[in-house]
Amino acid sequence: MTVPVLAVHDLRVSFATDAGLARAVDGVSFTIDAGETVGLVGESGCGKSLTALSLLRLIPPGGTFAATSRVEFAGADMFTLPDAELRAIRGHRMSMIFQEPMTALNPVLTVGDQVAEVVRVHTRASRREATGQAVAMLTRVGIPDAVERARQYPHELSGGMRQRVMIAMALVLEPSLVIADEPTTALDVTIQAQILELLRELRDRMGMAVLLITHDLGVVAEMASRVLVMYAGEIVEEAPVDALFHSPAHPYTEGLLAAVPTLDTTRGRLRTIPGTVPAPTHWPTGCRFRERCAHAWDRCAAEAPVLYQVGPAHRARCHLVQEPERRRS
Amino acid sequence: MSALLEVRDLTKHFPVRRGWFRGAAQQVRAVDGVSFDVHAGETLALVGESGCGKTTTGRSILRLIEPTSGTVRFDNTDVLGLRGESLRRLRRHMQIVFQDPFGSLNPRLTIGAAIREGLIVHDLARGAEADTRVARLLDEVGLRAEYASRYPHEFSGGQRQRVGIARALAVEPKFIVCDEPVSALDVSVQAQVVNLLRDLQRDRGLAYLFIAHDLAVVSHMADRVAVMYLGRIVELAPRTALFATPLMPYTQALLSAVPVPEPGRVRNRILLAGDPPSPANPPSGCVFHPRCSHPAKDRECSSRVPVFEEKTAAHWVACHKVPVTMTPSSTSIPS
Repeated sequence: MTVPVLAVHDLRVSFATDAGLARAVDGVSFTIDAGETVGLVGESGCGKSLTALSLLRLIPPGGTFAATSRVEFAGADMFTLPDAELRAIRGHRMSMIFQEPMTALNPVLTVGDQVAEVVRVHTRASRREATGQAVAMLTRVGIPDAVERARQYPHELSGGMRQRVMIAMALVLEPSLVIADEPTTALDVTIQAQILELLRELRDRMGMAVLLITHDLGVVAEMASRVLVMYAGEIVEEAPVDALFHSPAHPYTEGLLAAVPTLDTTRGRLRTIPGTVPAPTHWPTGCRFRERCAHAWDRCAAEAPVLYQVGPAHRARCHLVQEPERRRS
Repeated sequence: MSALLEVRDLTKHFPVRRGWFRGAAQQVRAVDGVSFDVHAGETLALVGESGCGKTTTGRSILRLIEPTSGTVRFDNTDVLGLRGESLRRLRRHMQIVFQDPFGSLNPRLTIGAAIREGLIVHDLARGAEADTRVARLLDEVGLRAEYASRYPHEFSGGQRQRVGIARALAVEPKFIVCDEPVSALDVSVQAQVVNLLRDLQRDRGLAYLFIAHDLAVVSHMADRVAVMYLGRIVELAPRTALFATPLMPYTQALLSAVPVPEPGRVRNRILLAGDPPSPANPPSGCVFHPRCSHPAKDRECSSRVPVFEEKTAAHWVACHKVPVTMTPSSTSIPS
């Protein structure tokens, strides 16, 4: 039994909007074990990025956490931690890789200085030592001529190189948990393959845990050992990666998997999920997916499903788990 | 039979200046001698990574960008020779659907007005007749007719893309350039739009030039696929041949890099080293040679530009190391 490095209990993030209270993340609980890679998948607006930001106590202005929400990282309660201690964790023991390195990097600092800054803020390293560590890390993430490159500014680097710099910043202090929010979404597929290979290699060597947030089920299949599927602010299914792809229990997960175009297909029609995602100000009553679900019956409108146990470490938020005879073929 | 669209040796060079005072403009060869045909009712996919020139190719064909040289013939009309009114008339038959429908729809026009505009400009319908046509178009792309009075910001990404498609269809074109039409969409919505495009093609006999970087989407859409790298087409083949037996090392690497949603599947991934070179300073010989891992790579690859030729039936490749396994045909252009 491994000890979880991260435990999230009943995470709720809401925003007051003109249209009413938007419950963008609405009761999310999960854990991540040391060294484990967990994929968090879902479509735009499902709350996955907000969940990720919340783990570092970073949320956009106007957002509020519920009083009952807790995020425990290595025994520390992230929501009650004094700011100084929070800063000591962020970027050091828990760090983040953002999707768009061009906006996440500082345009007026050289990339070497930006990586060195992380070292200087969190350790007693001298400027020279920090620069040395930065260059070593830039080399480790596969940047050729790292000494030269360290003196360049973000705009002088290609998208793939910038993402390597982001990874170097996030990993230079060997964190125990890295949150990677769509780390390869902005990259071309051949560059994505390089970056995923790099992340896998560094993860295996450093033994860190990774929370990988993505909309790309192919990336999840390659990287994660366990997957959380989010829909409308909630986790609707969690399962080991094989179980999720081979025997999904939630109709939303099934629909998502069926809608993904694959390479070796015989040009059949793609399966679609009818309708669109509901608005976070007006989640449907009962099951939030029922309006788009082919199996929905009256119980789905009357009673909100909880995460029912499907198999070992496999749970789904769907009444079909309890009443499989309701499934329509 | 001649093709609906014939593109021959199309080039587009953009001048760039290096430094503030030193003159001597450099050229970025965004598109560097591209030739292909698109037949009526067919989908030709143009795939490649950022900066390979696929979008510039699509826009040059429609003259949204003026190409530097080459010829484009559409329905036996010389597109590049047209001016003014005759160019405008031709555009009725050649339309485009953009990647970002929000950026391409006027935020201050209702979507009904946006779709109507083409009808009016090309004198196809006006008044109540135009309203009926707009309602019918909205229905055809899966939107409710009363949406005509709404503004673009009231729609989701998938709905806006449907509006963009309705706008393109309004003038009853024969040919549509689809420039990354589903790249910005979530997977469940993407599937809806891919199916819609295919239904419209079947019902209306449309030809598409389908520009995309997502090879999985292309494998669902295309009849033939052209792969671009650094401004050139390096491989062109029928869909099944391209995906089952890619011949050019770049295409092989590209296909092997696509993540597949099957956990635990062992794949022989060809990892390309480094980034694509700059189109301002393309490598000598075969533009792909610095990143190529073909075991037979040699000096010929870095010194001589490979001929784009038919290696097996209907399968065109620009590579010195792929042998020709058919009797040479008379054409020098894939069609």
